[in-house]
Amino acid sequence: MAHSTVVLRPSPAGRPARLARHGRGLGRVLVLLAILAIVLYPLVWMVGTAFKSPTEIVSNVSVLPKEFTPSNFTEGWRHFDVNFGRFFLNSVMVAGLTVVANATSCLVTAYAFARLRFRLRGFWFAIMIGTLLLPQHVLIVPQFILFKQFDWVGGPWPYLPLIVPQVLATEAFFVFLMVQFMRGIPRELDEAAKIDGASPYGVFWHVIVPLSRPALVTTAIFSFIWTWNEFFRQLVYLSDLEDYTIPVAMTLFIDSTGQSAIGPMFAMSVLSLLPVFLFFLAFQRLLVEGINTAGLKG
Amino acid sequence: MALTTAESPAVRATETAGIPTKRRGSRRSSRREGIAGYVFLSPWLLGLMGITAIPMLLSLYLSFTSYDVLTPWNEVEWIGLENYRRMFTSDLSYWHSVQVTVMFALIAVPLKLAAALGVALLLNRERRGVGLFRGFFYLPSLIGGSVALAIVWVAMFNRDGAFNGFLHLFGIEGKPWVNDPDWALETLMVLAIWQFGAPMVIFLAGLKQVPIELYEAAAVDGAGRWRQFWSVTLPMLSPVIFFNLVLETINGFQGFTAAFVLSNGTGGPIDSTLMYTLNLYIKGFTEYEMGYASAMAWVFLIAIALITAVFFSTGRFWVHYSDGDDR
Repeated sequence: MAHSTVVLRPSPAGRPARLARHGRGLGRVLVLLAILAIVLYPLVWMVGTAFKSPTEIVSNVSVLPKEFTPSNFTEGWRHFDVNFGRFFLNSVMVAGLTVVANATSCLVTAYAFARLRFRLRGFWFAIMIGTLLLPQHVLIVPQFILFKQFDWVGGPWPYLPLIVPQVLATEAFFVFLMVQFMRGIPRELDEAAKIDGASPYGVFWHVIVPLSRPALVTTAIFSFIWTWNEFFRQLVYLSDLEDYTIPVAMTLFIDSTGQSAIGPMFAMSVLSLLPVFLFFLAFQRLLVEGINTAGLKG
Repeated sequence: MALTTAESPAVRATETAGIPTKRRGSRRSSRREGIAGYVFLSPWLLGLMGITAIPMLLSLYLSFTSYDVLTPWNEVEWIGLENYRRMFTSDLSYWHSVQVTVMFALIAVPLKLAAALGVALLLNRERRGVGLFRGFFYLPSLIGGSVALAIVWVAMFNRDGAFNGFLHLFGIEGKPWVNDPDWALETLMVLAIWQFGAPMVIFLAGLKQVPIELYEAAAVDGAGRWRQFWSVTLPMLSPVIFFNLVLETINGFQGFTAAFVLSNGTGGPIDSTLMYTLNLYIKGFTEYEMGYASAMAWVFLIAIALITAVFFSTGRFWVHYSDGDDR
């Protein structure tokens, strides 16, 4: 790492120095490109394999298929008794509802913490921060028992245990992110609205909600991607094949170890990651900034 | 938890600054605000009670029982500390899972952070194409936790996988790494390190905050590149390193998905990927020993809290906060 210290303002050096710097710069770019190749290789291999025929998967070691075989996708789509499209819809529904629930509940909670003065605010805030570090695995057993008592597990709508916690703003990360964001909204706007006779509810509706759009968008995107990838809780709470979301359904591929299943398995992997990849392409900057807001401004 | 202490000055500041000028009825309006505060907080409070606090107490109670889902509530048997005794003295697979988890965190987390810091330092010197590199390095962090990617990863390190294909180029005969108890966990570590992008992004933002004058001053004093790295970059970056270290360690202890996929939910081969959370899942949801699983959960929680506490208490000695600049 010796060569990778932080940049110095170019000293008033002559030509040789600049040339040397240029050489180092080139080396650096080459190193970065090499790392990029390693990082992207598994993804390229995944897509390549998804388009290989069963014989090619075994025989062809190169990343790309000799001829593109789309049949893996149609086979994977129909691989189980339930159409893969069903799993897709289930995942879209869970992720979509989670996005709405998180965005609404965390915004409401964050407004209380960031803008309103009430008794025990500091205490509650400390607890909220404490729950940030609380592993979900610790709570899964008692939550399961509790939700089972309510007949939510395997009930008429088996997704209740996945959605209700989000409605109740248990995703502290987003509360924290929005509190941080709201602290950046000038207080003068609140005061102006109050002088015009707005109640705390009015300030929320007419000042905070419209101005919090960037934080809402960040929350929505992260909520979607994380829920899309989330596995642990979906594995615990979903028990009927028809109710499975993509991650739970994908585990069924592991059981079928035969070589013939590899193509369809990879094809469905690619399909299931596609929405996340599209989100990444569309919102790359926002995602990176979201990480920073939540991580650093503390 | 210490984030709170970082927050509280800001909270206090807003508390004093936010009070509007004295107007008639300001006491009434502040009472109204107090009520509104709890109105807005009510969903969260309900969640805190119903989804977090009550389940936690329930799980504490269950940890002293032999509860399985089938027993009716009035027949739940109180067995005192038996679950804890069994965990600490007679359950070999429990200790194995502790070992696996600690090893995973001890190796994967430092390597992941080193990769993140190294690449961030490289990128920080770059002028063009930074956004593109940063984006693509970050991509694995977005998809690396999914079942789909874990499935691909396992296949990649299997007999006919890409990794052996790569080794083949050098004439090395590979093996099915994921079926080898000596190597299965290592493939999961590599998967964790592959996702270095998220901490990298945070490092990169931290590096941008280091004032350039410090380097100029150091250079004037005759400090070379290494010296500048050790004496300027690392101390200035220490809060960010600390943040990443705490976060990644806690995440590292919770690795579940990839271990589940690799072993098809068993923790194999020969318990080599039996991460703590996977063990907890097996005990609770395939063997239905929910009392025992609750005891495991409480020990896990206490362990995580202790580790966090150790981080924060040692942090005082090496984390450098620049004064008066709390952004």
